[in-house]
Amino acid sequence: MAAITMKNIVKQYGDGFPAVNDVSLDVRDGEFMILVGPSGCGKSTLLRMIVGLEDITSGEMRIGEKVVNTVAPRRRNLSMVFQNYALYPHLTVYENIAFPLRLAKRSDEEVRRRVTETAKLLELTEHLERKPANLSGGQRQRVAMGRAIVRQADAFLFDEPLSNLDAKLRGQMRTEISRLQRRLGVTTVYVTHDQTEAMTLGDRVAVLRKGILQQVGSPRELYEQPVNLFVAGFIGSPSMNFLPASVDGTFLETPIGRFDLRDERKASAVGDRDVVLVGVRPEDFEDASLVSEDKRAAGALVRVHVDVTEWLGNEQYAYVPYEAPRELADQLRELSRELDSDQMRTQAVVSLDASSLITAGDEAELWINTSRLHIFDPATGENLTRDEARVTELADHATRVREAQRRAQRPDAPRTERGAPPGRRRAAAGAGRVRGRRPRGRWRRWGGSGGSRAGGGSWRCRRCSPTGGRAGGPRRRPGTSRRSAPSARTR
Amino acid sequence: MESTRASRFRGRGPESQGAGAKKAGAKEGGSQGVGARGEKSLWIAASVLILVWTVFPILWIVMLSFKRPGEIGNSRGFLPEHWTWDNYRTVFRTDLFTSALINSIGISLIATFVGVVFATLVAYAIARLEFPGKKTILSFALAIAMFPVVSLVGPLFNLWRDVGLYDTWPGLIIPYISFALPLAIWTLSAFFREIPWEMEQAAQVDGATTWQAFRKVIVPLAAPGVFTAAILTFFFCWNDFVFGISLTSTDSARPVPAALAFFSGASQFQQPTTAICAAAVVVTVPVIVIVLLFQRRIVAGLTSGAVKG
Repeated sequence: MAAITMKNIVKQYGDGFPAVNDVSLDVRDGEFMILVGPSGCGKSTLLRMIVGLEDITSGEMRIGEKVVNTVAPRRRNLSMVFQNYALYPHLTVYENIAFPLRLAKRSDEEVRRRVTETAKLLELTEHLERKPANLSGGQRQRVAMGRAIVRQADAFLFDEPLSNLDAKLRGQMRTEISRLQRRLGVTTVYVTHDQTEAMTLGDRVAVLRKGILQQVGSPRELYEQPVNLFVAGFIGSPSMNFLPASVDGTFLETPIGRFDLRDERKASAVGDRDVVLVGVRPEDFEDASLVSEDKRAAGALVRVHVDVTEWLGNEQYAYVPYEAPRELADQLRELSRELDSDQMRTQAVVSLDASSLITAGDEAELWINTSRLHIFDPATGENLTRDEARVTELADHATRVREAQRRAQRPDAPRTERGAPPGRRRAAAGAGRVRGRRPRGRWRRWGGSGGSRAGGGSWRCRRCSPTGGRAGGPRRRPGTSRRSAPSARTR
Repeated sequence: MESTRASRFRGRGPESQGAGAKKAGAKEGGSQGVGARGEKSLWIAASVLILVWTVFPILWIVMLSFKRPGEIGNSRGFLPEHWTWDNYRTVFRTDLFTSALINSIGISLIATFVGVVFATLVAYAIARLEFPGKKTILSFALAIAMFPVVSLVGPLFNLWRDVGLYDTWPGLIIPYISFALPLAIWTLSAFFREIPWEMEQAAQVDGATTWQAFRKVIVPLAAPGVFTAAILTFFFCWNDFVFGISLTSTDSARPVPAALAFFSGASQFQQPTTAICAAAVVVTVPVIVIVLLFQRRIVAGLTSGAVKG
């Protein structure tokens, strides 16, 4: 195990285009780091530079204490899971997993022992003699993971490992990866463009844009305290609404209405700017008729024209079109294109309670939780209202979460292995439940408190997993699905 | 063979369908069903014609090889009047033929082995590496393949006599390799290009050196390509007549195709036709058997399942 330290890493291709530009990133020992960003942001290139498949143009890459800039991939002692798995089709599953050990000239006995162990962990035991061509997508994925974990590598690298699986399987594998990483405690760098993966798996998430590192922090920090427009828009689904606003004292004049900021810190952060962008998350809106009096006073009320509503059962989306000044509209469109969404019109997406009776085409009164909104400088995109105190608090919290997880995993690990290895629970069904009672009870205790995350849990990608995020989602393993939520693990 | 032929026919669908439709259209306004049926029977007829065209000569030779030497010219039947193994006995009793057979097998196998090993290495470099002169190598290889063999035989004859390679195994193996290489290189580099880069990178991350990655991952994956190249090279060497007859003079290196021309039969009073036919069958059968055996191997895509499916 080792930390990975990147210092001013630059990758320039032959035509001088910098795919990765001056990235400095510190992956701590045992940490689960996610690299995320829209396509073409350089995240995969960065990963391939860590593993040694791409040359580093300039900068310094350290694994542990060693500078590895010119070290061949095979000498870096890292293992990697490729996007298309890159299994060896001419070898059986057993030999695929055994491949790194065979190259390291381990004894047959040791190879057999370790491959069997790994196969058991990943539930591949009955497939060991088959060829990869005869396996399903999920099984191939597990074989690729088996090949990565079978030897004691210093770090695991994942390059969008789940992007070839269907949505349901992706959810299962996500928890599987999370469980494995926590259990093995190996430094992991994971590249993805999927928000849910980024948010649920990572201890910390690094957001990249056009080869430049934007922000590194815990998922909650990225969601609650983004440093700029890009991070704010990229994290969260549906993404944050950006409303152009002209400033009038403590009042903001937005296309959907005029409201009071009610926050001196934020008001002073605006300074003498005339025009700003106000960022409001969809869930910070609510149908005013459903908001209690005292809560109502803490926010602002606006009257808007609702264009379309989408009722999803557990929540409801409303779309509010608005007119934006030309130059700001262009900027917003550019941003949305960069975020791979390419929104045609300027509209606010509003998430309402499912019981709201707002109808499309009508005027509606909405309540905005002004304490949660952010104000951005339209010229630089910088977040003017980032709360440093809160950032520190969140960072401390993330550290505590991480430590608690590690503590919980260590004493648990041997017991689970003897009783019912988590991976085998599915197969062991009833029997495993009885034998593995103790660890399960613990999980449940953590999982059980997950209900209290209410507000904090809203960063889940709602659109892609309307049920996946709920307790009853992946019906096969209710326990594990809850376990995947970091905030649930904290308490 | 049948399956590849069928798919090739299917691949040519559009044009033939046009013809079929035109034909049907003349009759009754061209409904799709009639067009397809007409097209199918047309293709069956064509296949049978081609099959007869190619198989008939072989069958004829086989039949001749089972006839008694005196039968030719006396009776006209396609089938032999009296089936006999005499010709085969004669053939294998003749030193000329047995030594030629050994020469042919030895020379072809060595040339194939050396050629394929070289071609594999060259093709891998061409498929994977960027280096100056890559285009030149490829175009030179193609140029050699285009070169008329006959024009080289004269100079080679003189050269080989001077350096002492005339009428020796190496004297045949060397030109065979140089003429078989281009084809093998082109076939193999196409195969190597099909293998995803990730395979190799995965092997490298797993701890393999470049050579180990090549030997343990790339070569096994390119096995169908290597087989194809090997078989093509082998046939080229096995079937060659021009070099065989020009660069040899005795039993020490003369291959079968050349030896057949020197065949004299069991006695000088008989036409050697039936014996030559028997010898021809003996050298043709292994080729057919090899093709039938390895065709499935060649066609089978070993790479399926390497990446997501």
